[in-house]
Amino acid sequence: MPVTQETLDEIALSRAEYEAIVDRLGREPNGLELGLFGALWSEHCGYKHSKPLLRTLPSNSPHLLVAPGAENAGVIDIGDGLAIAFKIESHNHPSAIEPHEGAATGVGGIVRDIFAMGARPIALLNSLRFGPPDTQRNRYLFNGVVGGISAYGNCIGIPNVGGEVVFDESYSENPLVNALCVGLIENGRIMSASPRNPGDILMLVGADTGRDGIHGASGLASRTFEDQAELRSAVQVGNPFLEKVLIEACLEAIELDTVVGLQDCGAAGLTSAAIECAERGNMGLHLDVAKVPRREEGMNAYEVMLSESQERMLLMVSPGGEAQVTEIFDKWDLWAVPVGEFVTGDTVDIYDGDALISSTSVRTLTDPPEYSFTAPKPAWLSELNSVEFSDLPLPDKTPSEVLLQLLGSANIASRRSVFQQYDHQVQTNTVVSPGGDAAVMRLRGTKSGIALSTDGNGRLTYLAPFAGGAIAVAEACRNMAAVGARPLAATDCLNFGNPDKPDIQYQLTEAVAGIKAACDAFDIPVVSGNVSLYNEGIGSAIYPTPVIGTLGKLEDVSVHATAGFKGDGDAVYLLGVDSLDAAESTLGGSEYLTQIHGLVEGEPTIDLELEVAVQNACIDAVEAGIIRSAHDCSDGGLAIAIAESCVIGGFGATIDAELSGRWDAALFGEQQSRIVVTVDTNHASQLEAIAAQHGAPAIRIGTTGGKTLTMSGLLDVLLTQLTSTWDNGLSIATSG
Amino acid sequence: MNVAILVFPGTWSEVDCHRAFTDVIGHDAEYVWHKETDLDRFDAVVVPGGFSYGDYLRCGAIARFSPVMESVKAFAEAGKPVIGICNGFQILCEAGLLPGVLTRNEHLEFRCKWVDLRAETTNTPFTHLASAKQVLRVPISHGEGNYQADAETLEMLERTGRIVFRYVDEDGNATAESNPNGSANNIAGIINERGNVLGMMPHPERSVEELLGGDDGAVIFRSMVTPTAAAV
Repeated sequence: MPVTQETLDEIALSRAEYEAIVDRLGREPNGLELGLFGALWSEHCGYKHSKPLLRTLPSNSPHLLVAPGAENAGVIDIGDGLAIAFKIESHNHPSAIEPHEGAATGVGGIVRDIFAMGARPIALLNSLRFGPPDTQRNRYLFNGVVGGISAYGNCIGIPNVGGEVVFDESYSENPLVNALCVGLIENGRIMSASPRNPGDILMLVGADTGRDGIHGASGLASRTFEDQAELRSAVQVGNPFLEKVLIEACLEAIELDTVVGLQDCGAAGLTSAAIECAERGNMGLHLDVAKVPRREEGMNAYEVMLSESQERMLLMVSPGGEAQVTEIFDKWDLWAVPVGEFVTGDTVDIYDGDALISSTSVRTLTDPPEYSFTAPKPAWLSELNSVEFSDLPLPDKTPSEVLLQLLGSANIASRRSVFQQYDHQVQTNTVVSPGGDAAVMRLRGTKSGIALSTDGNGRLTYLAPFAGGAIAVAEACRNMAAVGARPLAATDCLNFGNPDKPDIQYQLTEAVAGIKAACDAFDIPVVSGNVSLYNEGIGSAIYPTPVIGTLGKLEDVSVHATAGFKGDGDAVYLLGVDSLDAAESTLGGSEYLTQIHGLVEGEPTIDLELEVAVQNACIDAVEAGIIRSAHDCSDGGLAIAIAESCVIGGFGATIDAELSGRWDAALFGEQQSRIVVTVDTNHASQLEAIAAQHGAPAIRIGTTGGKTLTMSGLLDVLLTQLTSTWDNGLSIATSG
Repeated sequence: MNVAILVFPGTWSEVDCHRAFTDVIGHDAEYVWHKETDLDRFDAVVVPGGFSYGDYLRCGAIARFSPVMESVKAFAEAGKPVIGICNGFQILCEAGLLPGVLTRNEHLEFRCKWVDLRAETTNTPFTHLASAKQVLRVPISHGEGNYQADAETLEMLERTGRIVFRYVDEDGNATAESNPNGSANNIAGIINERGNVLGMMPHPERSVEELLGGDDGAVIFRSMVTPTAAAV
């Protein structure tokens, strides 16, 4: 055999894939070519396990300007001559190995995807998962990731307006770092990552190329890993200052008529970036690695082609336009170097100076095999689903004690200690800051605004992959409904384990089907996304964690709702149900069941028709101007949602609706499709009418005011105690 | 009035400052690239926030060598108003236009949040429209805003009324809890001896619209564009 198993393992290609390459080339690939195939046929670049599934996701919308997968990010028309590019991407494996740089370069990478579309990046969100903060290692990962996002994001002047932080044992060895970036473009000025004509010049701009990040795509992102230290050099090092000037230089350069295309150098570096451009343009490419500016001497062609050095972009320039481009990049003290030329045909010829060192075809490189699968529901899951909660004993704690324990826990307490490390205001468009349900940003020069949210519950998806996928979409949209925004589009980051295992295949298939069902129910497309597989520690996978980012629109940004109660004497309504009683089954997968009983079992469900009705009712009521506060009921259930509205607003509440079933299910069960809203009592009947119009149940459950939260004879807690518990919970939990 | 808004590589609040002057206050403003040297057409200079040169080496330490800074010095010597916000404050300290230094926040973390500032003096071109001891709600956003100077300098700043803003609680008391970064004497902003060069860590340009959470900061820009007897 001409190639060893060790070599194939290093680039994560199977023997069968190697045979396919030999077959297609009609010869053995040389070392450089093997590296190109390893990168482009990796899961990270080639989506070989997920493409058939991703194709099932809805991609139709009258608002869609750039379809998913066609470019670096999808683009949605938001009216007023404006468009939004947005995308979420994972940087899980690098962050597990080197949390600060892994997270920082995750931010840098997604930002480049967005300005590659010609968009000015206007917002960042981050969806993070860690193991419980009671170990030093998990605190190190948590602090490193948050610090990395803070250091990189703050320096580049893009507000970080939201996201999530969740702790669970399943992420201990494999934290998740998903970064979402949003960009604003004038409609009609969207860039393509494609050359226009044969003869167009490929220019590499930004940083010089070093040995960092080699095998990032194939090695890190496309297999499980056991010895982390060995892969540390595969993690890139970020330079946010360079990114900031690169953003400005690129946005300036695309104003030139001669600049026809812009592409991010991301995973698999120059290899993936340049060859994907050729593929989009339906052309071939001549590229000379000798022209690439190097960070160090002695780098060979393989290293140059596969380096994942950060803060580099590719420009596609009409012949003769190079000088003007160089002038702009000179102003910003950056490289802009012609490294290749697009040609008619399908051949990728790579030169090192005069020597032709590789000649392959674009289509061969960019058309990896696809693997589709069906797998049965695992028996262990059926067992977990069949649990009945009627036998579950009530805890030997009072409802007030349970409330405080949950409220101060790492998963529910205020995220302020995290988001106050992120600049969430720069660019002065942030109307609703992090800490509420969804971020709201105004669109300058218009009356309107956008809302942004991320969501994804791994534990619920573990117990019910279909429902979990649907719930991720529903909750992200519900967060937007709570501020008064109508959903326009979603982006997804699918974080799963090793797809060679049938259980993971089942999770992936079902979760994607759930995402599709929910997107269909909301009539929104999935415009972009990323798949991160092989998220496993030694032997065990993470909870399947589809993270959904959503974009919504507010016609009048000044008319929006926030989560905190606004005064004394407002009527408190619960949308989505007609009584406080909740089925025992809503305990399944709940934060309460995990934290108080140490159990992860049951079968979470969601009724998408009800969900849409509830959200539409809430949005209409916000638009009607009658909503004083609105807050999604999610982790921790109804009691937690109300306690949070008390603390954020600084007002107590008396909840006096009747409750006859199990108090733990009523207070802490996680039934979906519920939103706590308050209205002036004069508007109570109007709210009920709006809910009725949509067929959304609504029940008045109490009144705001006072210095305590009391609930149906069960709870009686001082507002000051709720406040200190919620405010300080996360910093106490993560300070060790 | 025509306001120069300086832009260094890595500056990011130039657009926010520009909009505060043009959209909100209704005056002219122009971006000035750091390699330019002609400030003659301007009536005031803003050194905005950001991470000039990535804050590598030390905040403001590289930006101070930019060609425009010599012109800023001359502009200040001519008695015209210069305001440095956040990174701009750091640059003015590095350039020797203001005394002291901005070190890492005492808790070693970046901090972005709304704080309360007390206007310690209204006898400046930047605060003359504020009321005495007015408390202004303005955001901070920095990792290195911990103002420090030697005891003699601090005593001189206090004695000569050159501390313009102090971090306070919402009732206007300068407490340890209301100090977000460990600054000596809760100092948030100081002015030069002549009274025409102000440096402040908080971002008044983020506090000019109710929609974004408050407009207390606008009084600083309004003061700058409104003639006073004190202004030279």
